[in-house]
Amino acid sequence: MRRATRRELIGMAAVLLLGWLVVYPLVLVLAEAVGGPGRWTLEAVGRFAREGNEWRALAGSLGLSVASAIGAGLVGIPLGFLTSRIAFPGRRVVATLLGLPAVLPPLVGVLAFMFLFGETGFLARMVQSLLGMDHPPWRLEGAGAVLLVHVATMYVYFYLFTRAGLSGLDPSLTEAASSLGADRWATFRRVTLPLLRPALSGAGILVFMTSLASFSAPYLFGGGFRVMTTQITGTKLNGDDRLAMVETAALLLLAISGLFLLRKTEGVADATGARKGVGPAPAIKVGTLPRLVATLAGWTLALLLTLPLATLLLVSFVPRGTWTMETLPPVYSLLNYRALVADPARLAPLLTSLWMAAVATAGALVLALAVAVLSRRLRVRSGPLLEGLLALPWGVPGTVFAIALATTFSVHAPWVGRVILVGTVWILPLAYLVRNLPIAGRSVLAGFRQLDPSLEEAAASLGAGRVRVLRRVILPLLSPALAAGACLAFVTAFGDFVTSIMLYTYDTRPISIEILSSLRQADVGQAAAFGVVLMLLSAGVFFLAGENRGAAG
Amino acid sequence: MSGDPSGYLRLEGLTRRFGPQFALDSLSLQVPRGDLLALLGPSGSGKTTTLRLLAGFDTPDAGRILVDGEDVTAMPPAARRFGMVFQHYALFPHLDVGRNVAFGLESLGVAPEERARRVREALEMVELAGLERRAVGALSGGQQQRVALARAMAPEPRVLLLDEPLSNLDPTLRERTRRELRALIRKIGITTVLVTHEQEEAFDLADRVAVLRAGRLEQVGTPEELYQSPRSVFVAGFIGRASLVPVEVLSHDAGVSRVRLPGAPEPWNVPHQGSLGGPSRLVIRPEAVRMAPADPGVLSGEVVERRFLGANALFTVRIAPEATIEVLAPADAAATGGRVGLVPTGAGLHLYGAEAP
Repeated sequence: MRRATRRELIGMAAVLLLGWLVVYPLVLVLAEAVGGPGRWTLEAVGRFAREGNEWRALAGSLGLSVASAIGAGLVGIPLGFLTSRIAFPGRRVVATLLGLPAVLPPLVGVLAFMFLFGETGFLARMVQSLLGMDHPPWRLEGAGAVLLVHVATMYVYFYLFTRAGLSGLDPSLTEAASSLGADRWATFRRVTLPLLRPALSGAGILVFMTSLASFSAPYLFGGGFRVMTTQITGTKLNGDDRLAMVETAALLLLAISGLFLLRKTEGVADATGARKGVGPAPAIKVGTLPRLVATLAGWTLALLLTLPLATLLLVSFVPRGTWTMETLPPVYSLLNYRALVADPARLAPLLTSLWMAAVATAGALVLALAVAVLSRRLRVRSGPLLEGLLALPWGVPGTVFAIALATTFSVHAPWVGRVILVGTVWILPLAYLVRNLPIAGRSVLAGFRQLDPSLEEAAASLGAGRVRVLRRVILPLLSPALAAGACLAFVTAFGDFVTSIMLYTYDTRPISIEILSSLRQADVGQAAAFGVVLMLLSAGVFFLAGENRGAAG
Repeated sequence: MSGDPSGYLRLEGLTRRFGPQFALDSLSLQVPRGDLLALLGPSGSGKTTTLRLLAGFDTPDAGRILVDGEDVTAMPPAARRFGMVFQHYALFPHLDVGRNVAFGLESLGVAPEERARRVREALEMVELAGLERRAVGALSGGQQQRVALARAMAPEPRVLLLDEPLSNLDPTLRERTRRELRALIRKIGITTVLVTHEQEEAFDLADRVAVLRAGRLEQVGTPEELYQSPRSVFVAGFIGRASLVPVEVLSHDAGVSRVRLPGAPEPWNVPHQGSLGGPSRLVIRPEAVRMAPADPGVLSGEVVERRFLGANALFTVRIAPEATIEVLAPADAAATGGRVGLVPTGAGLHLYGAEAP
């Protein structure tokens, strides 16, 4: 009985810790929006409500997110079907190329897009020189440009979810439909599509939430088009803290209600349960003409969508000031990369990002592991609450968290859980950690679900105490899930831009901020080199995670 | 130390509730040192709950568990020194065979050289010598089962717990593995509790069998005792084949009841201690009757089914619209649709009241 009580107390302590990290800052933002304790006022709320710009930004966020989800679906779903179901030459290569943007930090994706399609990008220069114009033929700016970037980078969620859904689909279901007289179209419409619904609505939610929180694309391409994330940043930079709080609260409420509504559309069909030892359906062999069309479409889109990455690589070899009016850069060298190592001012942000991401990842994993053990093994009463707290930051845009943490940790009041961290080196790792909690949590909890409890019982009956069971049985068996979670979390923190821009100081500026400042100083080559490093590191980490999983599984 | 050999492992009034439901209701059992007790029962009878309480994975709401006089009820599993073989073996997939077997020895802090020797001995015992470095995933089902046994035995536990140890093997392998298991446990002479839902397994392996039903102990005894004098209709039906026929008890005299079967011209004599009267139930083993010509003087019926077993066949004979009797007889004794007479052989008849469980 006493052991159970102690267990519940530890559970409560974990609730307090996570609540302090995850919920408390958000509550403070909501409170500050209406003046804060003792100074209650609706003054800022009134200003927000009267200002047309605010409503336009709110509508912009909502509209952009819906449009992004639709657009990404329109691109991603057909590509998923094309690469999983129709046989054409080079199908595997195309399938891999199309999945690449998944490992890309948002800022790098936007950067790559800019170098190719932007007004000073390759394409614009090419058109300009071909037509002999003296101005760039277009400006990549405004709502359309942001949507274009969103679709080009976020289709990958629909694409991957469609492919995963199709590969998990029991082929005997479609075989059953065709043996019951349904033709290919009827089978697709009445069996395949309904079974894919959970996967597709999952991808839809992901794109909606990602573009609601998106900052890089609106910030760099938005021009006069404002969304809530850029609006908040602007207001905060103008020093109108109270209004920034109201805007943050508005975005938070929009995100939460959006998530709540979208969750309702999620189906529960499970088409994978019946499968036993049967592989996914093979690609269909089609006639010559459809095959030609499929080949052309597949390769064209794959190149179009991955060309920005190649561009990024190319630009990274362009030394500063050598590329002015030419269509293609005239000079290539490794100067930008050498600077990354040789120039301490350039090396510092790289190292800063590395250690901060590592600390945040380790912290998030430890917390996620603690929650998983408390909830899934010790079965504390607060288990579901703990898991909920762990997942919560997923539904909160990064800008909101940045503002919330900036608010919470800019006051010295330890008795109410507030200390000054803003301006110190610790605020960014803390922000990354909080944002990494859902990623780490998902991986660790998924790992625990696959862990057979009788293995732990076997260890216990062989005389192993709790610590030894954890060290010798749980952790080794969990290591693939831990590695996957660590990789995802590390890459996310390493490439973070949206929280960094709100919380960094010059001495602790991370790599994304350095990219931005290189860009501002028209040093595109240097920015691209940082981007390539970020991309390669992310891809490398993903590759390692895949290897690790393969070896342990 | 009690030193009482008849109760080396004692279960006293073990009770476990899940919500309002009794998974185990005041179960008391004793296992003498070196004996093998089988817990037999249908699913939901509480046998797995009992095993988990014994292993320490769960704690009882009431009752005690004693080993050699020591109360281990509240002791964590790690401290009990009970070995357990799990239904799905629960071999550690990230450790090889040798490290699996060494796991318990490491917990005890056995020195490396000593450990290697005892691992080798344990693997020799289950005839898997030399497979130390093999991955557990690369073993066959039967080999995995033996590794699980070696792992449980290596730390020399006080009690061995077996949770449906053969249920994961295919039928042909099960038969052979059961024989090996029996020989091995006999040789080691360890006090063992086995959980199974298969009567054949329990009979083959156990010294004594405890039949559980809905969390309660129905009967405990040697396989012969259970088969020859089942205390309830449930035990009779669960242990071995039996037909249940409604009968009328006519008279009772000196341990023999005269009962009338439906459609029978003459009453049958059934050995029975007690004084039942009126409507009752008769349990008839397939070997308790033999076939005879369908004369007017004997109980007769129509063969409605014949199941060929080799030398013998199992005949289902309908003696009345609501009553059938299964009879074991030579395979050519009758054909489906034929009429046969049935005569009691004397043993294998058990009489129960109409309402008794």
